[in-house]
Amino acid sequence: MNLLNAITVGFKEIWAHKFRSILTMLGIILGVSSLVAMSALVKGMENGMREVLVAVGGLEKIRIEQQDIPTAQQHLADQAIGMTVHDLHALKASAPLVTQVAPEMRARNIRVTKGGKTTEWANVVGTWPSAVDINQHIIEHGRMFNEVDDDSARNVCVIGTNIRDQLFGDEEEAGRQPIIPIGDTINLGGEPFVVVGVFERYESETEKKRRAFERAQPKTEQSGPARSRGWGGRGRGGDFIFRMKNSTIYIPLNTMYLKFKSATGTNSLPDPRLDVINMRITSIDELEPSLQQARNVLMHTHKGIEDFSFMTQEDMSKNIGTAISNARLSGGIIAVISLLVGGIGIMNIMLASITERIREIGIRKAIGASDANVFIQILVESTVIAIIGGLAGLATSYGLVEVLGAISPVDNTPEITPTAMVVAFAFSALVGVVAGIIPAVKAARLDPIQALRYE
Amino acid sequence: MALVELRNVSKIYHLGGEEIRALDDLSLDIDGGEFISIIGPSGSGKSTLMHILGCLDTPTRGTLKLDGTEIQNASKRELARIRNEKIGFVFQFFNLLPKLNVMQNVELPMIYAGASTSERRDRSMAALKLVGLENRSQHRPMQLSGGQQQRVAIARALVNNPKIVFADEPTGNLDSHTGEAILTLFRKLSEEGRTIALVTHDPEIAAVTPRRIEIRDGKVAKQLDARLAGLDRLASPATH
Repeated sequence: MNLLNAITVGFKEIWAHKFRSILTMLGIILGVSSLVAMSALVKGMENGMREVLVAVGGLEKIRIEQQDIPTAQQHLADQAIGMTVHDLHALKASAPLVTQVAPEMRARNIRVTKGGKTTEWANVVGTWPSAVDINQHIIEHGRMFNEVDDDSARNVCVIGTNIRDQLFGDEEEAGRQPIIPIGDTINLGGEPFVVVGVFERYESETEKKRRAFERAQPKTEQSGPARSRGWGGRGRGGDFIFRMKNSTIYIPLNTMYLKFKSATGTNSLPDPRLDVINMRITSIDELEPSLQQARNVLMHTHKGIEDFSFMTQEDMSKNIGTAISNARLSGGIIAVISLLVGGIGIMNIMLASITERIREIGIRKAIGASDANVFIQILVESTVIAIIGGLAGLATSYGLVEVLGAISPVDNTPEITPTAMVVAFAFSALVGVVAGIIPAVKAARLDPIQALRYE
Repeated sequence: MALVELRNVSKIYHLGGEEIRALDDLSLDIDGGEFISIIGPSGSGKSTLMHILGCLDTPTRGTLKLDGTEIQNASKRELARIRNEKIGFVFQFFNLLPKLNVMQNVELPMIYAGASTSERRDRSMAALKLVGLENRSQHRPMQLSGGQQQRVAIARALVNNPKIVFADEPTGNLDSHTGEAILTLFRKLSEEGRTIALVTHDPEIAAVTPRRIEIRDGKVAKQLDARLAGLDRLASPATH
């Protein structure tokens, strides 16, 4: 008897006991679909976490921050000049593993206003045009300011959508048309600045879905006086990281230096120190040598005083990895257990099935079926049940993921991965084979004479 | 050389420490083309004899040669192959598979023999024609009468062209009229040259076969061969 015949016989047997077979398959269906759905949920979580990682600039972005002078070098404190624009030029010239650099110079208490409106909080940064690439900003309207704007210290700015919403009005409030404030003037600390560009709205998939969801709802008027709803909870702009990024205002470094640094303090010179240097390295595989190179250059420009430190996203990336593997492990164990339970169900039904088919097995043996033929027949039956169950489970998993998505429409979107489907299906087939072995051995060992006498 | 040569065969069971000799030093020959009956009361050992002759069981002692092959030491796998190719069984309770239709039941031995689909269809149709049921091929066994079911079983037994067909109380579950028709069919098959062994407890049924072997206490009690006119009562085992 060839395998094709055995499979046909298996299908017939399953078809002859439709209800029982479906109940048996249900165990496998649930097992497979929960395995796939679980991995889809974890994948959704992972996507959400990776979005944040990308939003902060990705793994290749490294921040260099001011650091207190080490105790051993305290006596050199008055020699330390901090990070300046010279460091940027030095890094660009002497650290080939560093592909891009951008400074961040901030000033305290810059009020951002436009007419009678003011922003809650704005991240006003004096920087170079390269900051767009390094911080993975995307300009939706207008342009980034360029070297000429920087050289001539023009009063131009590029703003995030949060700033635009607060100064020019929310696009959702303003008739759902995007407002493009290019060429309009806003006030930064009393200085007029022309908006030359607007960034894209940065948001997580979740947030994007939530906004689409809200937009689809009939608009409800806020009751009571107009008011800010505060920073906590789920405010405009979504999660903290994204909200911060959306509240960015970039102005040229020289503008920042000349307009906001000169008048501060008792010092007659404007404060030339940068708060942060952002740099991008060639690849994360070159992290260690890149940091070493950058440190060597900076140690030179800082006269050997280590008043700076590096910050990478390694820990964040590692934490994401740990969280994902934990979630995958716990979810996977539960799903695998449910698949095993499904397998036990198959074994149970196959044992019951051969008991009621002892006579049939006797007949088959009497007319020439060998032990191997009977073994294969039973094994194929259980495998066919498992494979059909597995396929149905894959189909069901799509529905299950839809249901999960519908229950929590604004949470991380589950994403079904082909790997999860292949693994779940292969595992279900394996369960079917393993579950069939004991019943198949039992059936194959039946003595034909005894089996024929069985009533 | 006889088709079946059974020499000094014993089958011994141990039941609760007691030794039961189902067959006791029994020898028997069956020639090709013979139509014989094995008769004996229940417990005489005739079923055990049929199981050993039919390669469903192996003897404790003694030798069995079937169609020139020694099979007392054959493995289970070889026994299955011999049953498939050289032996046909017809049972008292028909033993058709209720989930398969008539055609599929008849095809079953050929499936284990590895015949192709078209060959299976042709040969099972021919076998059904032989028993007069060619227009019932798509019926389920439960839709047929007892006599028709037994004819299907006979068609299944014949479909692989076996060397010998064993029929174990083939009329035991049928009324006398239908039973008569089945016996007529066996006689017709015998006349076509097939070797058939009826196993029965009923001397009346055994009377249709020219040669009768009576088993008692695991031994051949007496043999009667109508073809050997004048020598119709032999006390010793067959030595043609």
